[in-house]
Amino acid sequence: MRSFSYVSAPDVAAAVRAIGSEPGAKFIGGGTNLVDLMREGIERPETVVDITALPLAEIEEAAGGGVRIGALVRNSGLAAHPLIRTRYPMLSQAVLTGASAQLRNMATVGGNLLQRTRCVYFYDGAAACNKREPGSGCDAIGGFTRNHGILGVSDDCVATHPSDMCVALAALDATVEVQSVRGVRRVPLADLHLLPGRTPHIETTLAADELITAVELPASAVAATSRYRKVRDRASYAFALVSVAAALNVRDGVVTEVRLALGGVAAKPWRAHEAERILVGAPATEDSFRRAAAAELAAATALPHNAFKIELAQRTIVSTLRQLLAEGGAA
Amino acid sequence: MTGTRTQSPSRPETAGPVVGRPVDRLDGTPKTTGAARYSAEYPYPGIAYAALVHATIARGRITGIDTASASAVAGVLTVITHENAPAMKPPPKVSMLNLSSLASGTSVNYLNTDQVHWNGQPVAVVVAETLDAAREAAGLVRVGYEELPATVDFAAEEPNAKPQKSNAIQSGGAKKGDAQAALAAAPVSVDLRFTTPPHHHNAIEPHATTAAWDGDRLTVHEGTQNIPWVRRHLALRFDVPEKAVRVISPYVGGAFGGKTMVWPGTILTVLAARVTGRPVRMMLTREGVYRTVGGRTPSTQRMALGADADGRLTALIHTSVTQVGRVGGGPEQVTSQSRHLYDAANILVQQNQVELDMLSNTVMRAPGESIGTFALESAVDELAAELGLDPIELRMRNEPARNPIDGKRFAHRMLRESYALGAELFGWADRTPRPRSMRDGRWLVGMGVASAYHPSWQLPANVTVRLSADGTVVVRCGFHEMGMGAATAQAQIAADALGVPFEAVRVEYGDSTLPSGPGAGGSAQTASVANSLIAACEKLKRSVLALARKSGDSPLRGQRPRDVEARNGGLYRIGRPEGHDPRKGESYPTILSRAGRSEVEAAVGSDTRLGELTGQLRFMSKFMLDRRRWVKAACGAQFCEVRVDADTGEIRVSRWVGVFDVGRVINAKTASSQLRGGVVMGIGMALSEETLVDPRTGRIMNPGLAEYHVPVHADIPPIDVRYLDDPDPTMPLGLIGVGEVGITGVAGAIANAVHHATGKRVRDLPITLDKLL
Repeated sequence: MRSFSYVSAPDVAAAVRAIGSEPGAKFIGGGTNLVDLMREGIERPETVVDITALPLAEIEEAAGGGVRIGALVRNSGLAAHPLIRTRYPMLSQAVLTGASAQLRNMATVGGNLLQRTRCVYFYDGAAACNKREPGSGCDAIGGFTRNHGILGVSDDCVATHPSDMCVALAALDATVEVQSVRGVRRVPLADLHLLPGRTPHIETTLAADELITAVELPASAVAATSRYRKVRDRASYAFALVSVAAALNVRDGVVTEVRLALGGVAAKPWRAHEAERILVGAPATEDSFRRAAAAELAAATALPHNAFKIELAQRTIVSTLRQLLAEGGAA
Repeated sequence: MTGTRTQSPSRPETAGPVVGRPVDRLDGTPKTTGAARYSAEYPYPGIAYAALVHATIARGRITGIDTASASAVAGVLTVITHENAPAMKPPPKVSMLNLSSLASGTSVNYLNTDQVHWNGQPVAVVVAETLDAAREAAGLVRVGYEELPATVDFAAEEPNAKPQKSNAIQSGGAKKGDAQAALAAAPVSVDLRFTTPPHHHNAIEPHATTAAWDGDRLTVHEGTQNIPWVRRHLALRFDVPEKAVRVISPYVGGAFGGKTMVWPGTILTVLAARVTGRPVRMMLTREGVYRTVGGRTPSTQRMALGADADGRLTALIHTSVTQVGRVGGGPEQVTSQSRHLYDAANILVQQNQVELDMLSNTVMRAPGESIGTFALESAVDELAAELGLDPIELRMRNEPARNPIDGKRFAHRMLRESYALGAELFGWADRTPRPRSMRDGRWLVGMGVASAYHPSWQLPANVTVRLSADGTVVVRCGFHEMGMGAATAQAQIAADALGVPFEAVRVEYGDSTLPSGPGAGGSAQTASVANSLIAACEKLKRSVLALARKSGDSPLRGQRPRDVEARNGGLYRIGRPEGHDPRKGESYPTILSRAGRSEVEAAVGSDTRLGELTGQLRFMSKFMLDRRRWVKAACGAQFCEVRVDADTGEIRVSRWVGVFDVGRVINAKTASSQLRGGVVMGIGMALSEETLVDPRTGRIMNPGLAEYHVPVHADIPPIDVRYLDDPDPTMPLGLIGVGEVGITGVAGAIANAVHHATGKRVRDLPITLDKLL
């Protein structure tokens, strides 16, 4: 690993000042992804600004019934919190399907939002990767693409976003609070991550000097009846082939409200707006679930090794909605 | 280097034989407390750290190496490349007359050539004051290449496979009758193609070497399965006498075959120590292990079975294609079990190979049978379905009385008994035969069986046993402890052979200064050491008796060896069990102190050149004689239950019963653990393990545990392991090795259970969920 300078920030103001004044600086929270990437030589910061002393580790009830999650809340703390478990069970479940207990104890909410892809060509310095080295090409295309995207991909990049937490946050209409020397702003989670297009190295709408300080969840009645379903190659400690975050409310056999987001399919957590649109007002039946899932995946494109995901995503959507329905989505 | 005495709950307290008991492993406490030192943990003053730079092309020539940025990293001592490395002797030509010539992982003389032979070959070594500096600098070395066309796509090369030639040790093919004609004529038949991917061992301890030169004397700490090979190979490469090289290897953090050969990291650590004049340590990264240590070859297999309407096999054809590297590797005995498991009237087996510009393949737990049983046992299940027969019944109808291919006798064979016990324990009778007929909520439930089979081997071993006047015993043999409990088993054997308590025996192992041990491979180590140990104990008893029988004071005066047995810490006349009756015999301390001896020692085998040669010749002749007379093997019956998610195809193994015929079991706890570990590794092979080699570049793309999916705890159900504990009369103490048989049959049993659950046959490993959608 390259030698680097280390700065510990006592408060948010000092952190955003440090990131602006130290060239090549990066924030470090739990370090569970950044340190790996530094070991691999993919991230090579001159300075790391340690933000773990910042007072951002609380989960609080917000006005109007929502919840505010500090960016430094550890993943394990988030999953275990009573407010999250009762009001947003899909979020707690999503976090618990990720990584291992040891990693969840270290990883922060802010860091989880900014995880980088696990594309094996991104990780291999000998491979061409437009994300790692803009303009160098993409060796994943024509290579091993079992874990790669089927929605929103481009000719320059087919990588997926690896986070489970973000899929639930996308379904829950979360907002991300960021701060810099220029002040505080709020970014809807849906607008945080970017699809690759011609610039896969630009992964989010954050400026280099902005610090994520919190994630806000609006109140949501339907979220209380929600689930996260992760499908992967072994029972634990593997990234999603496909995951589904879903919430469902049914009255008199008709879907009144639904939230649906997909993981493992795109460079960002994929909110399934089209499926939701079809489902609301439709009878809560297997057939509706199928139609909605098929509509959402209609735009999907496949590479040689990941065509199964198109089918798998639809089946997982249907299966998760069916389960929610059986468990009491019918109020 | 010595197994230390430990207090433990299952320490044997009672009298009587200790062989067979579930004694706690001697290495357990040092390992769990961190006291055990592995190769990368030996402190040396002034130690430096080395890191490898790997080639990123499969074949070509290095046109230039820019080491300026690497050398500029603070703490870097040197960057060794082919431009400045001292000359080493080239690896020896492989010869069956000198098995240690097999030690070299490849035929490449690393850093003594500008040629690149595989994607990942070491092309430079950075040596630095710290590990971090070495690894950072290694990443900054820039290498220019002239690339040459490379053949790296196994699937594309398959049509060019050539038949494997047979030699004294391995047979590339065999036949009985006309299997092709019999297959064509068979009323019921299956003719199937199976494929398996490359695998890697992924021992928990990545390969590590610590090397220190003192003049022309070399000390190497190395986690290895073959101390004599490491020693001889390093002596040869660095042109020093063998006796000037000491290899220390008391603890090996798992190996599974991956630490059998001498791979580049070991040689280049020794070279780096030579160049810098400092002790040097190299700990391979996990990626470094994938790039420089061979793995299991991929395979394609044709498996055809023909039967009459009653299910009696008339034809069995098993052919395979596997790969070797152009720079090394060996044939994979994929068809091994197909020569022994079924009484087919006509048999044809043939192994074929392709040669690729890739790193050598190497042995990995049950090379051959692990993947070969997948094809054979899946095909038998498919044939049973065609016949409408229960798959166990089909196997029983074809269980041979003698070795099917040549009529030799089995030394021991209790496959029927294994199935009978397994079926009862597992509840096979509750299985409804029709696929997709068993369900538990959203889970489709399936049950499958398969046979396990692994040949049993024995290698030469030199052992000394020393009895001290205080009644304690030291066993010395340079064998290997990779986590299987090897020293514990030998301590049990010595305790019974000499009639002393288990606690009185100390075992020294894992060091080239000890009498030369066998390599730990082929599930052969325990039997090989036991054979010599029992002989040494017998010699020792005679020597002790010789001291007593000459003494007028001894109750053993005039007794012949056959009238005397070792028990209760001494020698006593047979048939008179009142142990301490002074008229019947006497204790070792009494005999030795009367004779004025502080110790008595007995040795089997000699470590002189001549002694070694004699030993090897004697061994080879016995081996050939044995092979002519017997077929020796472990076998067993694997039963499993799987659950398959009806929507997503996710597969979970929910129950396992394995019943094994492994002769007499020396240690009930460690043997069960090895068998269970084999099943775990087999579950990985069946469901998730696959090394991804990019067919465009020959480069491994998932060189780490994040993307190479070994099973996690949540993937493993309770595994009920049983063994029949019936001694094999042709093996020392009746024992058959247990290291490998546990993995065999596992993938077949799972594939069969998946078919039973879903109605789908997956003949391509791993059985991932996309293959069930």
